[in-house]
Amino acid sequence: MNAPTLASSARALLVRDLRLLWRRRGDAFQPALFALLVVVLFALSLGGEAESLSRVAAAVLWLSVLLAGLLSLDTLFRGDADDGSLEQWILAPVPLAWLVAVRVFSHWLATALPLIIATPLLGELLYLPSGQLPVLMASLLLGTPLLSLLGAVVAALTVGMRRSGILVALLALPLYVPVLVFGAGSVAASAQGLDAVGALLLLGAGLVVALVLAPLTAAAAIRIALS
Amino acid sequence: MTDTPPATSPLLAARGLGFTRNDEPVFGPLDLCVDAGEALLVQGDNGTGKTTLLRVLAGLLRADQGEVEIDGVTAGAMQRARAIAYLGHLPALKADLGAMENLQFLCGLHGRRPRQLPGNALAIVGLAGHEDTLARQLSAGQKKRLSLARLWLSPAPLWLLDEPYANLDLEGIELVNRMVGAHLRAGGAALVTTHGAYAAPPVRTRLLTLGATA
Repeated sequence: MNAPTLASSARALLVRDLRLLWRRRGDAFQPALFALLVVVLFALSLGGEAESLSRVAAAVLWLSVLLAGLLSLDTLFRGDADDGSLEQWILAPVPLAWLVAVRVFSHWLATALPLIIATPLLGELLYLPSGQLPVLMASLLLGTPLLSLLGAVVAALTVGMRRSGILVALLALPLYVPVLVFGAGSVAASAQGLDAVGALLLLGAGLVVALVLAPLTAAAAIRIALS
Repeated sequence: MTDTPPATSPLLAARGLGFTRNDEPVFGPLDLCVDAGEALLVQGDNGTGKTTLLRVLAGLLRADQGEVEIDGVTAGAMQRARAIAYLGHLPALKADLGAMENLQFLCGLHGRRPRQLPGNALAIVGLAGHEDTLARQLSAGQKKRLSLARLWLSPAPLWLLDEPYANLDLEGIELVNRMVGAHLRAGGAALVTTHGAYAAPPVRTRLLTLGATA
């Protein structure tokens, strides 16, 4: 191995992130725990009535996933910026946008995937009608990577700041709203017997566009933040 | 400081390079050139732009004027990335990974010289036996040594070393000089910033002094 290829650099980054995740495996459950908290509090505040809960279940689940993702957004590049890793990413002979894309993927694996896996259980807590579960899972599988990619742009824009907690949320929320509308909307449509495919296709189209543009934008933002 | 260009194009050359921050010139415009087998010592007091110069040359900052050539051709980001290994103030080590794991990741990112193994590099910098020590448990000097091991494995011919002697003991300073000497004998080149308090590597050196006179 002389010069790194796209594949070998991606493998190195993924191995590193998975090792880091394993070293701090307690952190990996935090987004799922946060979503559980939101769901439980919601169920309590609505009085635990099965009928009223099942009507809002899909929307609450989508919202809790979105908020949990927002919470973990700041960790996307923060650590690598603080210890100088991002400098070395910029200086590596592979495109920065590629490394950013791989990093977003590993971050999605670490924060969103556990949530998606936990969704059927959380759905049980909210009396989610079992017919809505497949559409909800499909919309989450398409929507959460899109949220991660949009969030990566915001996280990259704020990586140069010391404390950026609320700013990240303020910048990300307007970008997240369409994803939430189509994601939760697809489940609502299917609940009313309408076709959910349209909303899912729009989410998919958004994901494809973001897959191409978000890493490039985030890479440009990182370069600016570090100069 | 550049004289007439040599017959072969220098490994690294800069012409009229200058950088301004908030309309204040940080350094330059200055010319420099480094041939293979040469070291350029960049000296100057604190705040005279040594680090900024290295960051501009590495491509972390965009120069406001002038251009950088590598092997005689104006170098874009990708050529620079292939030719340059940069050792900055931040170690780029993950605190929760072991020394060997950190080294393996950085090799995956930057590539590795053929016939050089991470284990050997750790032994060269005096970290044998610390393969599994987490980076958070290493001292500042040991972290610096780990960064030097990364540099040693890098296939890039040009080393940009920003204060490589900081945090190192006498033996560590000797180690840096030995490594730079070996790298230069193998046809590489190095830019080393220092405020002049340390012994320079015993190699063919040019001197660039930043500050009032530059």
